[in-house]
Amino acid sequence: MNTKAPDYRLIGKPTRRIDGREVVTGRATYTQDIKLKDMLIGKILRSPHAAAEVVSIDLAPALALPGVFAALKLAEGKVRYAGQQVAAVAAVDERTAEKALSRIKVEYKTLPYVVDWEKARDASAPQVRDGKGNVEKFNEYSRGDVEKGFAEADVVVERTYRTAFEIHNPAETHGSVAYWEGDHLVVYDSTQNIHGVRDGLARTLKVPAANVTVIKKYMGGGFGSKLGLNEHTVAAANLARETRRPVKILLSRRDNAVCVGYRPSSLQTYKVGAKKDGSLTAFSLVNYASGGVGAGDEVSEPVVDIYKCPNCKVEEFTVFTNTGASRATRAPGHTQGALGLEGVMDELAAALEMDPLELRKKNYSTRNLGDTGLPYSTKGLDMCYELGAKAIGWERRNRKPGEGSGPVRRGIGVATSIWFGAGVPGTLADIVLYPDMSVEVVCGTQDLGTGTRTHMAVVAAETLGLEPKDITVKLGNSDYPWAPLSGGSLTTPSVAPAVRDAALKAVDRLKAVAAARLKVAADDVAMGDRKFFAKSAPEKTVVFADVYRDLRRETPFHGERTGYPGDAYAFNTFGAHFAEVDVNVETGRIRVLKHVAAHDSGQIINKLTAESQVVGAVTQGLSAGLFEERVMDDTTGNPVNPNLCDYKIATSLDIPEITPIFVDIVDTRLNNLGTKGLGEPPRIPSSAAIANAVYNAIGVHVREIPMTPQRVLAALKRKEAGS
Amino acid sequence: MEKNPDKKHPGGVSRRDFIKGMGTGALGTAVLPPLLGQTIATRKGRVPVYDKKTITLTVNGKKASLTVEPNETLLDVLRDRLDLAGTKKICDRGECGGCTVLLDRAPVYACMYLAIRADGKAVKTVEGLAEGEKLHPVQEAFIEKDGYQCGFCTPGFLMTTSAFLEKNPAPSLDEIKQALSGNLCRCGNYAKIYGAVDAAARKMRGA
Repeated sequence: MNTKAPDYRLIGKPTRRIDGREVVTGRATYTQDIKLKDMLIGKILRSPHAAAEVVSIDLAPALALPGVFAALKLAEGKVRYAGQQVAAVAAVDERTAEKALSRIKVEYKTLPYVVDWEKARDASAPQVRDGKGNVEKFNEYSRGDVEKGFAEADVVVERTYRTAFEIHNPAETHGSVAYWEGDHLVVYDSTQNIHGVRDGLARTLKVPAANVTVIKKYMGGGFGSKLGLNEHTVAAANLARETRRPVKILLSRRDNAVCVGYRPSSLQTYKVGAKKDGSLTAFSLVNYASGGVGAGDEVSEPVVDIYKCPNCKVEEFTVFTNTGASRATRAPGHTQGALGLEGVMDELAAALEMDPLELRKKNYSTRNLGDTGLPYSTKGLDMCYELGAKAIGWERRNRKPGEGSGPVRRGIGVATSIWFGAGVPGTLADIVLYPDMSVEVVCGTQDLGTGTRTHMAVVAAETLGLEPKDITVKLGNSDYPWAPLSGGSLTTPSVAPAVRDAALKAVDRLKAVAAARLKVAADDVAMGDRKFFAKSAPEKTVVFADVYRDLRRETPFHGERTGYPGDAYAFNTFGAHFAEVDVNVETGRIRVLKHVAAHDSGQIINKLTAESQVVGAVTQGLSAGLFEERVMDDTTGNPVNPNLCDYKIATSLDIPEITPIFVDIVDTRLNNLGTKGLGEPPRIPSSAAIANAVYNAIGVHVREIPMTPQRVLAALKRKEAGS
Repeated sequence: MEKNPDKKHPGGVSRRDFIKGMGTGALGTAVLPPLLGQTIATRKGRVPVYDKKTITLTVNGKKASLTVEPNETLLDVLRDRLDLAGTKKICDRGECGGCTVLLDRAPVYACMYLAIRADGKAVKTVEGLAEGEKLHPVQEAFIEKDGYQCGFCTPGFLMTTSAFLEKNPAPSLDEIKQALSGNLCRCGNYAKIYGAVDAAARKMRGA
């Protein structure tokens, strides 16, 4: 297979966003901005208690308030976390709706609760679920014989790593606007999944899916928290049905910390055995994760897949608590797993007195050992290591962790990622050519801010010999051809090949029409400089405008993302990050100076937005690595930092020099463009690379994120104590 | 809930929520009516007590007169009353800079600024940054350098940047970082935004 990138005119080059003008002028319409005639404002009353029996809900005082049009009871029986919905109102404006909420009378019988996930593991802790314990095994995996593997090892290292609850906190809070046109429901929703929300609404409200349209023009971020149907969307639809008016419900910033998910915590204990030369002999992982009333994340994919280790055993447990359910968070499980796995690899390298990068290369795997045992169709991780190491100046690292001196210690670290990103076969896209030479690309995908609109325009323009600005892109409407949710790094490898397929079909038709004009065979027609010409007689030309006019009517071409040989090969994305940090050993403060992010995501479609994906993911990883942690209050069962002040996220003062590198390996077995996903991969190893750089700087691994000054100082004490 | 009033709002009531709630809450109805139209003594001298007040703003060059509640924020007035939805509500409590607008050319967080205080002042929002179809150099630079992802925090960054470059036309990277530190970008695109601000500065200097 030729993996070299073709010499494209537009694909892989930087292209400015085609919707840039809309965004920078404030004209881009987000769900928050939707305002419809006679629209009511809906508000949701949430339980202040982490566990309670709802004895009664009296809506009458709210309904008696002038300007209140409807109220709904949303809770029955038990509420199991603070922030769970209890009732909703729709009123003429926000103030009236708020006042109405305060008039709803709810009688609760409070129950014992547990929000501390470590306490929840005690047998004596209050049970979150009726009749079931709080700890449940949810994943196990085994290959080979780990006991034998550890017996064969020259060195065995066992370490425990911990990650915090991270809140997505997209800039735009979740929100929906619903209205009915007869028996047809239209919903504007800030969602990563218009088709999924449509199907969910149809099921929940018992209406045909064909009678539901979900629209999302622009959205202010999601990061996984907007992947499914939300309860408030159903409430908006029900309130709209009852009042026969549009109803808008926007969640508050506080709601983002209590009822729309977060990244589950993890407590990962790794044991690794290796020969003196660094060959791994055994790996075991026991993970405890907590997702509140929802599930923890599997963090084991990296340990199972990344390194060639014959013996591997995993057990994972979820711990239930009385907090809202977790949700997928950009690269779920993998960011946590990378922190632990890559941390223990570095601690093993130190025990072996080996270069951490050499240890990784020594155990390089060309097969996907965990899932299938199949060979990777393409794997550019070796190039990521090589280019990344060069860009950071790997030779400048401390040969022995912590060998520097003085109050500020410098260190360099590396970490690896594996992720999916093959895309979804069956994704549909249409190209419509108009006789006036306008071109429309239509796909029921959504642009989260990743640049999907522009990707679609780039692929269509490249194929049709046009410029991105010539293309009208239509997306964000569930009435358009099906595309998967935008999560899991699926969007580009699903949508771009479907657009390519439609555009290639359109070109075939245009060539046939041009051939008739030129009086040559269709396969003799070539395209260039907005003209068609005969290859056999290049002086025979016809301009695009004439050919498009000959179509006589708008002409659609249906494209589809086709299948790939998943039974013969494994298709994954890879990356390696290198971070350089300064650590002040007196204050415990970490500064990240440089961050190099090298990625194999196949063919890059738009270099400009691809770089932004990497820059953003590195920044979020830095933020999680140093600052982010939701803290629950035992005495109230509520979070103490449900805002953007006490929940710390990285600001412009925290950002290092970030260098994105793409290794352009085009995997033509996978799809017609050889493109893979990119959204999540750069989020995976970013915190881990920083943690390893800190280890290299101070000679002790902090083993916990966020690496607050307090935790850095505690780690240094641990080092002094020799443990 | 009723049995334990101390735990009524276990998440805590912020000073701001308290102020916003006053107009419609018990205090507003019980205390204010006898004082309406009068003045009360404060540490900064006597101030008038308003129920509602008619204010006049110049928004993006156009005069607007409207009657506002004393606890309405400039952000809500811009978005809900004047249909200028370009200014976004992200935290609604002065933590993120997403709602930054220019008030007499100085950047303010519109969510923390009561509309009555803006009476007689000139407000510029993201809708007023371009001159007709001609984009402001800061807007051009944010497109060229891909200085945003989801775009939701972008209006705030654009307003902060335009005010900053008026004061400091040739900033260093560190000065840019400082100037932007009151605006949060959750997509984490800061590194790209620095480039956009730098490019905008060059455009404005004609360099």
